Amino acid sequence: MRFVLDAEQRLFGETLGKLLTEAAVPGVVRDWATGRRERGLALWRSLADAGVFAVAVPESAGGAGPLPVELVTAFHELGRHGAPGPYAEAVAAAVLLDRLGDEAIAGRWLPAIAEGTALVTLALPPAVPYALDADAAGLALLVDGGRLCAAVPGGVRASLDPARRLFPVTPGEVLAEGPRVAAAAAEAYDMGVLACAAQLVGTGRRLLEVSVDYARTRRQFGRPIGEFQAVKHHLADALVGLEYARPLVHGAALAYGTPDFARDVSAAKAAAAEAAYAAAKIALQVHGAIGYTDEYDPSLLIRRARALYTAWGSPSDHRARVVASLAG
Amino acid sequence: MDLDLSSVEPFRAEVRAWLREHVPAAPLPSLEIEEGFAAHRAWERELHEARLSVVSWPEEYGGRNATPLEWLVFEEEYYAAGGPGRVSQNGINLLAPTLFQHGTPEQLARVLPSMASGEVIWAQAWSEPGAGSDLASLRATATRTDGGWLLNGQKTWSSRAAFADWGFGPFRSDPEAERHRGLTYLMFPLDAEGITRRPIGRIDGKPAFAELFFDDVFVPDRDVIGEPGSGWKVAMSTTGNERGLTLRSPGRFLAAADRLVELWREHGDPADTAMRDRVADAWIKARAYRLKGFETISRTEDVGAESSVNKIFWSELDVALHETALDLLGPDGELAGEWLEGYVFSLAGPIYAGTNEIQRNVIAERVLGLPKAGSR
Ligand SMILES: Cc1cc2nc3c(=O)[nH]c(=O)nc-3n(C[C@H](O)[C@H](O)[C@H](O)COP(=O)(O)OP(=O)(O)OC[C@H]3O[C@@H](n4cnc5c(N)ncnc54)[C@H](O)[C@@H]3O)c2cc1C
Repeated sequence: MRFVLDAEQRLFGETLGKLLTEAAVPGVVRDWATGRRERGLALWRSLADAGVFAVAVPESAGGAGPLPVELVTAFHELGRHGAPGPYAEAVAAAVLLDRLGDEAIAGRWLPAIAEGTALVTLALPPAVPYALDADAAGLALLVDGGRLCAAVPGGVRASLDPARRLFPVTPGEVLAEGPRVAAAAAEAYDMGVLACAAQLVGTGRRLLEVSVDYARTRRQFGRPIGEFQAVKHHLADALVGLEYARPLVHGAALAYGTPDFARDVSAAKAAAAEAAYAAAKIALQVHGAIGYTDEYDPSLLIRRARALYTAWGSPSDHRARVVASLAG
Repeated sequence: MDLDLSSVEPFRAEVRAWLREHVPAAPLPSLEIEEGFAAHRAWERELHEARLSVVSWPEEYGGRNATPLEWLVFEEEYYAAGGPGRVSQNGINLLAPTLFQHGTPEQLARVLPSMASGEVIWAQAWSEPGAGSDLASLRATATRTDGGWLLNGQKTWSSRAAFADWGFGPFRSDPEAERHRGLTYLMFPLDAEGITRRPIGRIDGKPAFAELFFDDVFVPDRDVIGEPGSGWKVAMSTTGNERGLTLRSPGRFLAAADRLVELWREHGDPADTAMRDRVADAWIKARAYRLKGFETISRTEDVGAESSVNKIFWSELDVALHETALDLLGPDGELAGEWLEGYVFSLAGPIYAGTNEIQRNVIAERVLGLPKAGSR
């Protein structure tokens, strides 16, 4: 097993990081939140060109996957920058459509996902009851018991994270039925969970970096606040949590295709959610009032961390899955 | 002192009956937006007409001379009944006690009645961009002029100043003096000539606070609280109230804990004992805060730096309680609603009224007597 990224994987992450930095994501998020999606969709397409979705689509269907290590590398970057849009949902949808074994559906949608020509989203109740950005999606899916349906969105529900436009959905046209749907949905869920976990670690990591920078420069009592031990210890604690969440995410990616994958993505998601949310609260505390404002860009990531904490299954859901798999 | 809870039962019954009749059935819009601010102001008037807006004040200013125990009981009933958030809270809890201690009779008579009725809503203007935890480094100035003072500089994070009527806070009146001296505590109308306000959105976008810019704002002598130059002492008499019981009364947390228990009954999974324990802890801590409140009002000596213990307790309880609620709601936890509103509010608790890091320093040094950092 490789526990560190190879040169190519690192380059992939760096390329995405550069692309996201140039896109100035906080502004894109603010647009997205008010329904102005042009810049967000352009970013979606350029990330697709860089291979973000291809890693989840098999080569036979126009992708380069499955490449789970590349996938977590990509989602770490998406999390660092807080890109808006149903990225985790799209890779989960890719897995779902691939595993369904329906060539017409796969042929129609998988290349589109890999190329980023359509926004694709899905709801997988009960853990993922709402479909992110369903109003703008070329394809919105809903797994409704044993059926795979087109999702019909209701009215948008506001989230703490302004970029997360959540839509309650009802089943529309039935696309597939039978036991294969449940099996494909289970695999899709695991991949979505893994993507979300990687995103959380990236978000937490960025919040830690921003907070460290702030603690170096913000002065009170005639010195940088980073000189105060209370502030130092908060930041050190955030690091400890994140440092041990990341290997769980990477380890889960390596377990892809083994019977341990479901257990390992759950372990990763539980740890990543706790570490990222702890980092977010520390970021808020270390910033003081400025971190509690809407206009301060890192506060977007603080909100994202809290929203993703319960997205794709809450930490207690995932802990329960870990324990159930161990008991079995 | 013995607390006789049964002696306040008639008062409790009266308050409960009134609240049952009057608390709006549907929650008012958030008090952090203009529409909600107005609705909450109207509610303050209604409370005042029943002499329930400031029960512990003397009658001449709109109160009932209620004892501290009666005040605790009022707060319990108020929040149990789902009473609206108090848009006047920073005037009532942070300015009024300062006036009772340092104000002139003229100031009391002029300021308190309109505060009690919600006609004038007050905003605290202490913090500056460069002076948060280190308040004594504040730089906004008050310069002597004929018959009063001219204010210049900037204040920030002033809660509800986007819609409030008057502000209060310390300004530097003697730039030569040592930094804790040479401050003067003043009151000023927020629509005074020379004041520019810029609302600031809190983390959910609601304009819950504002930045204030002062450009030669004239304040007459009668609006100075305490002696010129004694602003630090005047300000510090407020912090005891801010950190002590009054700003966040036990009733608030008892009611929230009861609602959390209800939420657990509706949404909780009995097999999820970790979640069950968090619900139980929230309830236990709310009860501890209540009993500690009774203990505090029974004491005769000054609570002093121990108010810092209190501030840490309520602010961390509030965050934990609301996090538990969001986690119980699972994927619905991120959705706008009363629990999320309460969660967003709770997140600021460890920051305002003196950050919890500062409170821990105070506890360590002044309550426990540990050596001061940096002192040799
Ligand atoms: C919702 C909200 C409402 C507010 N309302 C008002 C209001 O109405 N009026 C008003 O005047 N102000 C208000 N404030 C401002 C509040 O008083 C300040 O935010 C607070 O004093 C902290 O200052 P700061 O934000 O500048 O953080 P800083 O002081 O810059 O602190 C940043 C970090 O450094 C830490 N730190 C600083 N000094 C030390 C030290 N010596 N030891 C250890 N750690 C330290 C802090 O604990 C914090 O974690 C409000 C703030 C919020 C969030």
